[in-house]
Amino acid sequence: MHPFVVRTGLACALSIAGPALAQGVAFVSSEKDHALTVIDLKTLAVTGTVPTCKRPRHMQLTPDGKQLLVACGDSNAADVIDVATRKSVRKLPLGDDPEAFDLSPDGKTLYVTNEDEAELSMIDIASGKVLRKVPVGKEPEGVKVSPDGSVVWVTSEVANLVHVIDTASGKVMKNVKVGKRPRRFALTPDGAQLWVTNELSASVTVLSTKDYSVIDTLQLQVKGVRDTDITPVGITMTRDGKRAYIALGRANHVAFVDVASRKVSDLVLVGKRAWNVALDKAEARLLVCNGLSDDLTVIDVASAKPLKTVPVGRVPYMAVIVE
Amino acid sequence: MIVLGRAFGLALALGLCASAHAAAFKVLLLQRADDPELERSRTERAYLGHPGGPAFDGLSVALQEAQFELDAAGASVTLERSAVDAAQAARDAAGRAQKAGFAAIVSDLPGDWLLAAADATPLPLLNVGDAADRLRERDCRARVLHVLPSERMRADALAQTLVSRRWSQVLLLSGPSALDAERSAAAQAAIKRYALKLVQNKPFKLSADPRERDLANPLLLTGTVSVGSYDVVWVVDSDGEFARALPYRTALPRPVVGDAGLVALAWQAQFERFGAPQVSRRFAKSAGRAMTAHDWAAWLAGKALAAAATAAPKGPAAAFAKALPALELDGSKGTSMSFRAWDGQLRQPMLLSDGQGVIAMAPADGVLHPKNNLDTLGADAPEKLCKPKP
Repeated sequence: MHPFVVRTGLACALSIAGPALAQGVAFVSSEKDHALTVIDLKTLAVTGTVPTCKRPRHMQLTPDGKQLLVACGDSNAADVIDVATRKSVRKLPLGDDPEAFDLSPDGKTLYVTNEDEAELSMIDIASGKVLRKVPVGKEPEGVKVSPDGSVVWVTSEVANLVHVIDTASGKVMKNVKVGKRPRRFALTPDGAQLWVTNELSASVTVLSTKDYSVIDTLQLQVKGVRDTDITPVGITMTRDGKRAYIALGRANHVAFVDVASRKVSDLVLVGKRAWNVALDKAEARLLVCNGLSDDLTVIDVASAKPLKTVPVGRVPYMAVIVE
Repeated sequence: MIVLGRAFGLALALGLCASAHAAAFKVLLLQRADDPELERSRTERAYLGHPGGPAFDGLSVALQEAQFELDAAGASVTLERSAVDAAQAARDAAGRAQKAGFAAIVSDLPGDWLLAAADATPLPLLNVGDAADRLRERDCRARVLHVLPSERMRADALAQTLVSRRWSQVLLLSGPSALDAERSAAAQAAIKRYALKLVQNKPFKLSADPRERDLANPLLLTGTVSVGSYDVVWVVDSDGEFARALPYRTALPRPVVGDAGLVALAWQAQFERFGAPQVSRRFAKSAGRAMTAHDWAAWLAGKALAAAATAAPKGPAAAFAKALPALELDGSKGTSMSFRAWDGQLRQPMLLSDGQGVIAMAPADGVLHPKNNLDTLGADAPEKLCKPKP
């Protein structure tokens, strides 16, 4: 499955990491820092910081990989950072209190949730113009655009709904009831299943993208931890769609989930309040931001063991890997 | 729909876009006419733990923000309010509400009036105004749900915080009112429960009379000659004026807790975690003032009503009443909250605040419970303190 053998321990893992492993860096946003921390993926050491706008949270690369967009809740804008020079090149207004966003497949349109206004804003990236605002349930958070760009999905933390919004007309086509405080999405590579983390239900709702029926609800459990302390938020899937990684928030673990059987295969202990997760290109390492211990845990995927925990900024939110 | 004398007739019709077949649930807010707690001279002082304005504000914010969810479920909740001036008036209003087809009552009333209303109707009643333990214990009622934390929950939260700080020697100062006596007893029980040491319980009095200065002067009340050493001063002052002036005026340089200094609250507007700033901001935008603990309770009651309507969108009222006590609620305090089966109290985390921010949360780290750590705050099931009248 992976280009290297199963490793037995930390020292070993680092020594054979070699050329198969990422040569790049990870940018980590921290809510209270107004800066991104840069981590060298080879040494797993912090090599610097990039100043950015206020309260940076969600980040995403443009489709060409040349620019990093950083949504800043207290600046009401995205900082556009040139990845090569690590300098801010422009600010893109995103409306009040932007939290998460996603880009259209062509990279031209940005869809952002405005928590305070309870709106989804569609923004033309080139001109910075707001194309449309769509009222949604209170405290919208997760945003995901369908692979063909025709639909955008939005979670509302207060309404406990997933809104299915037609990107062309801006109409809410469907409101789908999921668990309590729905947060983030992952889509299976075939586009058939939409996975939604429910922070206060300790679960993931699996929706069919065909008719938005609930295919299954995956209840997450950690031995010795009560359901109320399992608060899943961040989720990502492997490119082949076989495995999902889910950060369990206050349970301080990341769950490895087999997508087909919807069973948890491994649980990895990380820092406090595991929030967002990111895989490197080789899908060999998983980076986990720990919001309440101000650090980031690097997990070796093959052995399902933490390799190293790196102190980053104050209240780390998410990591984006550039290789 | 006239619901008694000084009825405001103010109906907030929410859920306008609900479909034609939607079940419309009517909710009546009972509030005290000319509530002395809400006089401007009191609310302006903004004592911690005191209400900042009418319960209507929090309720209507919650119902407005639930609109999307209610629409999606095809239900609506309308809110009306009625001001009553005595227990009898509360009883009449509750009886009338039932006849008029209301689905639930929200009470921001003193305890005796609340009981009068509860005994006049089989409708579910949400208490957002009275923290008295007796309403959850000897005077408890089936169908009454308490959203506001009890006095005992507040005292337990504070005691847990003192334990985690290792401030174990407690000097208690108790005020002169009957309410103070009740709350002082709750404080002493919490001090005992968490094995803190009560150095002394001293009465105080708000007075400038030199003949009563040993009752009124903070330096004399907290002087080591009379009480010896202590780690912390716990003041029980339901009125608030004495407590406000106590911090920084103690004989020893020790923190003040209780009704000033560090206070256990259901909510604090500067709370930063779990999406709390959005809640406080929405409230402030709508009500034009900062969100207090009482406002949070009213807001959560609104959320509960909306959630019950969503759970039973086609009605009837009986299904709504059945859904209400079984709800799992999200109050932006980081964990899902529910009503205790044994006394109808909403289990919830408490915030310890000095009025400028949230210093700690309770249950404190390491305080454990066999089933749910939130049940370390307040009366627990095995104590069997509530044997409700049907």
